[in-house]
Amino acid sequence: MNDMTPTREQRTAALEGMGCKRKRVEDIRFTQGKGNYVDDVKLPGMLHGDFVRSPHAHARVKSIDDTEALKVPGVLAVITAETLKTVNLAWMPTLAGDVQMVLADGKVLFQNQEVAFVVATDRYAADDGINKVKVEYEALPPLIDPFKAMDKDAPVLREDLAGKIAGAHGPRKHHNHIFEWTVGDKDLTDAAFKKAEVTIKEMISYHRTHPSPLETCQCVCSFDKIKGELTIWGTFQAPHVIRTVVALIAKLPEQKIHVIAPDIGGGFGNKVGAYPGYICAAVASIVTGKPVKWVEDRIENLTATSFARDYHMTTEIAATKEGKVTGLRVHVLADHGAFDACADPSKWPAGFFNIVTGSYDFPTAHLAVDGVYTNKAPGGVAYRCSFRVTEAAYCIERAMDILAQKLGMDPAELRLKNFIKPEQFPYHSALGWEYDSGDYGTAMRKAMETVKYAELRKEQQQMRAAFKRGETREIMGIGVSFFTEIVGAGPSKNCDILGIAMFDSCEIRMHPTGAGIARMGTKSQGQGHETTWAQIIATEIGIPADNIMVEEGNTDTAPYGLGTYGSRSTPVAGAAIAMAARKIKAKAQMIAAYKLEVHEDDLEWDIDGFRVKGLPEKFMSMKDICWAAYNSVPPGMEPGLEAVSYYDPPNMTYPFGAYICVMTIDVDTGVYKVKRFYALDDCGTRINPMIIEGQVHGGLTEAFAIAMGQEIRYDAEGNVVTGSFMDFFMPTAVETPHWETDFTVTPSPHHPIGAKGVGESPNVGGVPAFSNAVNDAFSFLGSTHIQMPHDFWRNWQAAKNLGVFASA
Amino acid sequence: MAKTHITMKVNGAEVEGLVEPRTLLVHFIRENLQMTGTHIGCETTHCGACTVDIDGMSVKSCTMFAVQANGSDITTIEGMANADGSLSALQEGFRMMHGLQCGFCTPGMIMRAQRLLKENPSPSEDEIRMGISGNICRCTGYQNIVKAIQYAAAKINGVEFREAAE
Amino acid sequence: MIPGPFSYHRPATVADAVKLLSTLGDEARPLAGGHSLVPMMKLRLATPEHLVDLHNVAGLKGIRRDGNKVVIGAMTTQHELLASDEIAKSIPILHETALLIADPQVRYRGTVGGNVANGDPGNDMPALMMTLWATYHLDGPNGAREVAATDYYQGAYFTAIEPGELLTSISIPVPAAGHGYAYEKLKRKVGDYATAAAAVVLTMSGGKVTTCAIGLTNLSEIPLLADAAAKAVIGTSLDAATLKKAAAAAQAIMAPAADARGPVEYRKHVGGIMVTRALQRAAAKAS
Repeated sequence: MNDMTPTREQRTAALEGMGCKRKRVEDIRFTQGKGNYVDDVKLPGMLHGDFVRSPHAHARVKSIDDTEALKVPGVLAVITAETLKTVNLAWMPTLAGDVQMVLADGKVLFQNQEVAFVVATDRYAADDGINKVKVEYEALPPLIDPFKAMDKDAPVLREDLAGKIAGAHGPRKHHNHIFEWTVGDKDLTDAAFKKAEVTIKEMISYHRTHPSPLETCQCVCSFDKIKGELTIWGTFQAPHVIRTVVALIAKLPEQKIHVIAPDIGGGFGNKVGAYPGYICAAVASIVTGKPVKWVEDRIENLTATSFARDYHMTTEIAATKEGKVTGLRVHVLADHGAFDACADPSKWPAGFFNIVTGSYDFPTAHLAVDGVYTNKAPGGVAYRCSFRVTEAAYCIERAMDILAQKLGMDPAELRLKNFIKPEQFPYHSALGWEYDSGDYGTAMRKAMETVKYAELRKEQQQMRAAFKRGETREIMGIGVSFFTEIVGAGPSKNCDILGIAMFDSCEIRMHPTGAGIARMGTKSQGQGHETTWAQIIATEIGIPADNIMVEEGNTDTAPYGLGTYGSRSTPVAGAAIAMAARKIKAKAQMIAAYKLEVHEDDLEWDIDGFRVKGLPEKFMSMKDICWAAYNSVPPGMEPGLEAVSYYDPPNMTYPFGAYICVMTIDVDTGVYKVKRFYALDDCGTRINPMIIEGQVHGGLTEAFAIAMGQEIRYDAEGNVVTGSFMDFFMPTAVETPHWETDFTVTPSPHHPIGAKGVGESPNVGGVPAFSNAVNDAFSFLGSTHIQMPHDFWRNWQAAKNLGVFASA
Repeated sequence: MAKTHITMKVNGAEVEGLVEPRTLLVHFIRENLQMTGTHIGCETTHCGACTVDIDGMSVKSCTMFAVQANGSDITTIEGMANADGSLSALQEGFRMMHGLQCGFCTPGMIMRAQRLLKENPSPSEDEIRMGISGNICRCTGYQNIVKAIQYAAAKINGVEFREAAE
Repeated sequence: MIPGPFSYHRPATVADAVKLLSTLGDEARPLAGGHSLVPMMKLRLATPEHLVDLHNVAGLKGIRRDGNKVVIGAMTTQHELLASDEIAKSIPILHETALLIADPQVRYRGTVGGNVANGDPGNDMPALMMTLWATYHLDGPNGAREVAATDYYQGAYFTAIEPGELLTSISIPVPAAGHGYAYEKLKRKVGDYATAAAAVVLTMSGGKVTTCAIGLTNLSEIPLLADAAAKAVIGTSLDAATLKKAAAAAQAIMAPAADARGPVEYRKHVGGIMVTRALQRAAAKAS
């Protein structure tokens, strides 16, 4: 009999709690085609909406004629800005404090801007209809180059802002200026540069790109006229925020709005914002009394709903001859497109770009960001990164390499010399953040040892010599990147969206048989929350993860939360889950004490239940406590076993990592080969190592794509020239390199389980690793900085500019 | 536009429908047959999310008209589980090797992989990568998809699956 | 992205297909694999009123040996081409090239005829057919005729095909035994058209080139045969100076457009490199 008693290891393993490579529960349905995505939602009588879009980047809309469109069989209505004005919805507020046209009101400001919304019985008729709407435009001069946005004679883009000298973030300097945001001590920084023995200065651009999840943005809106209720199924990373936005702008009572985010086919920041399609589908449903579906196509996705990056960062570092950094000065020109629709916390017009001091102990720094309007799509979303953190990491990691080059130092050595030391944590950065924990030197050295860094440098020396002797046409680059992220927005003292603090939440209900359901304010788009959230609960309360159902995305049932983006789910909701579980456990302890007839303090927790200290045979499992909670609670205690936690984090979390990329480039064609990519991540406590590894693989693949070619490029007329998966670099299995992953563990001291978040680290750290590899490859030929993206022709161009073909 | 009557076999069952000539096969499967496992990702034949098996060929169903499939034998993701309802080797491989995240590319990826393994039961890593190069995944970076297909190949061939060392 | 309405026709014979195409005139388009036409229709850049689906037409499929020629039916798919032992044996460059076209799914449906017939400068097979001295067999309201691949391409999407005519097959003279061949294609990723590509078929004797043909893909609005470059290598052992001369001669006729693949100068530069590499690799294979 005793032989059958499970060991402690077996009991722990049975929980599949934190640290376990638990297989995902989501995969059972996804591998069988039984996911439920928005386009799978089909309602009786459902109509379809589709947009007429502008071919021009900048034009006045002279007239819109829907006569022929309305004759198309199946077309029921054509909605224009004039229609929307009757319900005061022609414009909508953006998350960044600006306003945005829902449908063109008088003019269009970017190519493929929404001009009219055709509602029809099915998507075929809607498409027929949009082809019959006649729009007369008067072309205006487009403004594409952000560096020309504040020229005296630059065209006026936003006529609606005429005379408005202050925006949401202070005074505007020019009719195309949005905001100026400054952080840090300017005088001290200027003084540091005056004293500096060595300085570098470089304009480092991070080009415009797009998150482009495989499922585009889409929704189904269904208005019930009798009940006055609006139900919206949508691709929403933040369903509760969408509900509140709809309540505020559509003036509907919030309890009558039901927002459901079903399975989501990837988000990467694309599905945080509110887009004209959602508003138009909702209005169309209210007007027609029928459900209306809107599904974006890929070209629309790439050209209209959001973009990412487009930061032009003039960066200066001051340092001593020995390579100790003494000051950092950065000016950013931020291209926001036609409307400032950045999805940042309200008080942060440039997100958390002031993490730009990175992993280094800068005694002083100063940052200024100027946001400008251009004739490009609005957005500025955080494409798999916390708000503007990838731009900041790229900026500092590129600049450190440039400094190393100037000093004649190895870039890894320069980093080691300037790291914030373990004993300096919690560390107050010159630009205002309090880093929670880190051990950068250990991570960097582990990375260097694993890849045999010194040997790689020797190999590079040999290859360079061979190149100079004309024996090879390949050059080799070693890209080092050491990033520190700031994620987990965020503490209410720093962060809100539309005035709502950026807490997150969890509600757990334990059922009598020892099973339960947990709901959160977050929304997985592939991160595997249904699997990992249950693992946290399993470890906290000793109920197997398989017995915990996780549900997200229904605003009627889930507690209010701010959603999933910016690697905030684990830092914020993950904490809420642990805290809710601990409430359950606290009540369970009282029940167990009552049932075991001891004082609570006489109990100790033992994997999956409570044990009387010193009396190991007196034990009550959590499963039994669940039953007791429904029939024999202590006198005076309410029955049941449920808890809710709303977690307002005391601080952000600061994941970090060391990445090394080895690459060769054929100078004759510009074709590169990634020979090796090693990624060491420290995300604190690891909940599910399998999922972490998967997140790192995916983020690195995105970083690879972005650094090596993924670009939203406009021609001089404002036409998008990379609007399909042919030209917008989307690597297949053939182009994608092999990834090596590794880790160290430095828990966050302020997080209940010590976890920091990982989903975005590989994108943040990966881009500089790739770009530094390319730049490192060319550096011996005399270059200091080559702009991304590093696609084949630009690599060839770089080689040519460096005189590689001069003798040919 | 006059509609055409079409019949075909889908996952072993005879089905029929009335379609316009321009009705894309993917819409016929998703809308008329209400089988929504086949997804639409790009609409320009690049991403492969809409891949189904037609008469022994992997086909992107967004670039074929339903009328063209009249009389054909089609398998979609809904027809991939074992007869007893359990996960087939590929489905199991994707789960065991964490070969999916958001799940949107997964049906197309599995449909392509099953045809690849029928034509090449023991593919090398390079052959797998080439074999799924018509399918885009935005989440996984492909590495675990390759492992998932290797896992399935081993299972189908009745040999032990060994993960390649990192 | 939904195609406009059209009427669908599925003829069973070449005669019926030709009759449909000539009767319906400009408003009709033949439909082969559909990978060029259907996306254009979804963008409403093509709005044919009639589609004549060739999938059911007897006699448009198959690969057969006919004396010293290989005849490929226009509706033969890239996948079938890749599965053909006859092609592997007698014209292996077709295999090498087909593997670089699009992706596996597209190769199951995409046809050789569709690739060569519509004059899309991005397609890979046209330059190769010119390099192989292929002949296109057309059938039309005025009967059948033959056009040399080298005479077929007149401009982007503009060819020698007359209204109502249909490409039925392609015949290719089998290159000499022991010939060397290579198709060098630079592309950004699987599924992309060539940034630049070069096809080379040559024969060698005593270490020197005896015959050579060089084709260029996507380096002009039509596929090109680089005659001067081919002439420059005859009688040489492909030494460095000759390769340079050949590349320069090929570059002299290149007129690519600037696009997302790169500026004109880059595309011509790598065009020259593709020629050089294809010549070297072809020579290494020749026996």
